[in-house]
Amino acid sequence: MAEGAKEPVGVGTTDPEEDSPNMIVYRKIEDIVTRIQDENAGGVSIRTVKSFLSKIPSVVSGADIVQWLMKNLSVEDPAEAIHLGSLVAAHGYIFPISDHVLMLKDDGTLYRFQSPYFWPSNCWEPENTDYAIYLCKRTMQNKARLELADYEAENLARLQRAFARKWEFIFMQAEAQVKIDRKKDKAERKILDSQERAFWDVHRPVPGCVNTTEMDIRKCRRERNPHRVKKSVYGVPDDGQSQPSPVHISSQPTKKTTKEDVQKEINFLNSQLDRHCMKVSKVADSLMSYTEQFMEYDPFVSATEPSNPWISDDMSFWDLEASRDPSQQRVKKWGFSLEEALKDPAGRDQFLKFLESEFSSENLRFWLAVQDLKRRPLQDVSSRAQEIWQEFLAEGAPSPINLDSHSYERTSQNIKDPGRYSYEDAQEHIFKLMKSDSYARFLRSNIYQDLLLARKKGKSLTGKRLTGLMQSS
Amino acid sequence: MRSPLTPEMATQEVQLNETLAHLKTESETLKTKLEEERAKLHDVELHQVAEKVEGLGQFVMKTRRTLKGHGNKVLCMDWCKDKRRIVSSSQEHAVTMPCTWVMACAYAPSGCAVACGGLDNKCSVYPLSLDKNENLAAKKKSVAMHTNYLSACSFTNSDMQILTSSGDGTCALWDVESGQLLQSFHGHAADVLCLDLAPSETGNTFVSGGCDKKANVWDMRSGQCIQSFETHESDINSVRYYPSGDAFASGSDDATCRLYDLRADREVAIYSKESIIFGVSSVDFSLSGRLLFGGYNDYTINVWDVLKGTRVSILFGHENRVSTLRVSPDGTAFCTGSWDHTLRIWA
Repeated sequence: MAEGAKEPVGVGTTDPEEDSPNMIVYRKIEDIVTRIQDENAGGVSIRTVKSFLSKIPSVVSGADIVQWLMKNLSVEDPAEAIHLGSLVAAHGYIFPISDHVLMLKDDGTLYRFQSPYFWPSNCWEPENTDYAIYLCKRTMQNKARLELADYEAENLARLQRAFARKWEFIFMQAEAQVKIDRKKDKAERKILDSQERAFWDVHRPVPGCVNTTEMDIRKCRRERNPHRVKKSVYGVPDDGQSQPSPVHISSQPTKKTTKEDVQKEINFLNSQLDRHCMKVSKVADSLMSYTEQFMEYDPFVSATEPSNPWISDDMSFWDLEASRDPSQQRVKKWGFSLEEALKDPAGRDQFLKFLESEFSSENLRFWLAVQDLKRRPLQDVSSRAQEIWQEFLAEGAPSPINLDSHSYERTSQNIKDPGRYSYEDAQEHIFKLMKSDSYARFLRSNIYQDLLLARKKGKSLTGKRLTGLMQSS
Repeated sequence: MRSPLTPEMATQEVQLNETLAHLKTESETLKTKLEEERAKLHDVELHQVAEKVEGLGQFVMKTRRTLKGHGNKVLCMDWCKDKRRIVSSSQEHAVTMPCTWVMACAYAPSGCAVACGGLDNKCSVYPLSLDKNENLAAKKKSVAMHTNYLSACSFTNSDMQILTSSGDGTCALWDVESGQLLQSFHGHAADVLCLDLAPSETGNTFVSGGCDKKANVWDMRSGQCIQSFETHESDINSVRYYPSGDAFASGSDDATCRLYDLRADREVAIYSKESIIFGVSSVDFSLSGRLLFGGYNDYTINVWDVLKGTRVSILFGHENRVSTLRVSPDGTAFCTGSWDHTLRIWA
């Protein structure tokens, strides 16, 4: 059987997307195996190998395939090439001629290419009746290479029990297949038999091997025609007893684009055109500087002090993080931005402590209260929003915050119908205020500097902290 | 008996079609104009600018823990904020989810509850108990109701709200206590497969990815889509924000991961290799955003240098598809879940 042109099969479709969710990968693998077999374009040489008593037609060594993959797919590591090649085999596109286990070995093990007829992209879903016919057929032929493996014998026994009533029919089909096979040329038969076996190795894999025909259940239902009559490997008509595919049927009809949809799209596009965007060079610089700033905190990039608990089994790192006593490195992060300071509960506490010492904590307390408001269950929102108004914004409020008249107006409007986002404008304004005023003072304060430079009274400096002190001064 | 199409009706129908056609043309024109405008800002490639950044050294990442004992494929997992516990679909080591076909799960910020759902089209919240014998299923609270499978869920910054995405093409924000729908998000043209909340303390946005190959950024307050990106060639299985919140990464069935910057409003990097042909199921960043970890359907994890665009490591270990990947909250490790029934923690 030619390894060349594909034959049109089954529910052929021009749009691969509509078929099996694995189709996108199948097409890529098919491109690879087509290229590997193209001897005129740098492919491997497929040859007949003389064995002890006979010739082995149309084979290539595993090592050759690995070499090809490394060269043509720019793979530097043979382990990677072997892994990829094994996946190509597991999906049934290449197979070892003397093994049921579909994996690639980087040695003289001989492999053959699967016939396009049996490619997974043809959406085969072979029934157990077909499998029974196949195993039955194998037992009828007196060839050492066709002897059933243990797991196959077990499968056959199981199928005989399951199909007890129609076993005569299966037996006859198997006999018919044997007759057809006998008519073929000897060399051709060797190839066909092996390809057929490889097909079943994909659809009825050796126990313990991955079944690569399994599909992501979320994507199954996009099969264009999930109820199509499944094609039988041996031409057995579907007697209606076939098991349904594990397809999660979509409950929604395909949507037709309406005028409203397009109008919505137009509105969206117009709003995007109005957006002010930054140049890539500028965002690139921004991404780079952010990453650089945080790299010393990234356990995957910089060694952690103390050691990473997952690697050393020493929990000190976590104990330190949980303690009320933040490390200098952690305190340094609070200086990166107000956002970073507020993200860390210890940072929040210290900032609040500083503000309280200045009798100006109402802004932060307001900000924290609004954060809390957004986290409340729906039924609590209204009353909590009112409480915040009373505490921070109402006339004669105990902790009055300084809002510009515009924000104040908007907020008092929002409060008439209180919701989780009633204070968004106000919160944003207050955040900007803190950022430009009190946050900067916080960073210069003794409270912060003492922690940053580990100048705590009565505490002896540990070796690490001493280093920190020397680095930051 | 149907009345024949009158000349008036025929004209009206033609007019309607014309209007639709006109609108479509207008839409196409705007799209082209937008592309042209954005292209003007594309003055350089990220990896070119990153040439001056010091290269990363050799990485030694290994599996540090393997969690076995599953009866089935692991489809999802999440870390607890305590950095040490995880929840996954039916895993005894962490929390056993008392429901079948769980595709999404999330830990509540307090660590006192987990949310999960999947083929039941719902998202339910289960309070956690130290008593292993307690029947969690009995205390389950149904929060979200979609009309198709639940693909992802995430608590917003509190135990009180959950954000969900579904095969019904929508995302939704729910009040946990009452089960009330607070906001719904329409715009995807097919299943939504993933979502991620913006990391900002004050932010009210999230990003979602779907089978329509689009990644959309949403305003949680208004329900509006504020930005949209469509450069992938197939389903987007995973989206994750870059730690600053200014960008996000996506992983797709087209075997690539991509980085989109919100300020430039465009894709700024593609992470791909000729030899990587299987889809990406899940992505996450290391703490600084320098590394991007991708779990793939070829059973491997590829580690990418986000700035330079190169692959720094490939990790083998799983024996079937990697279906989920999350970096721990303190960045000390990442966990992967696989169809091979195991979870692995890497560091």
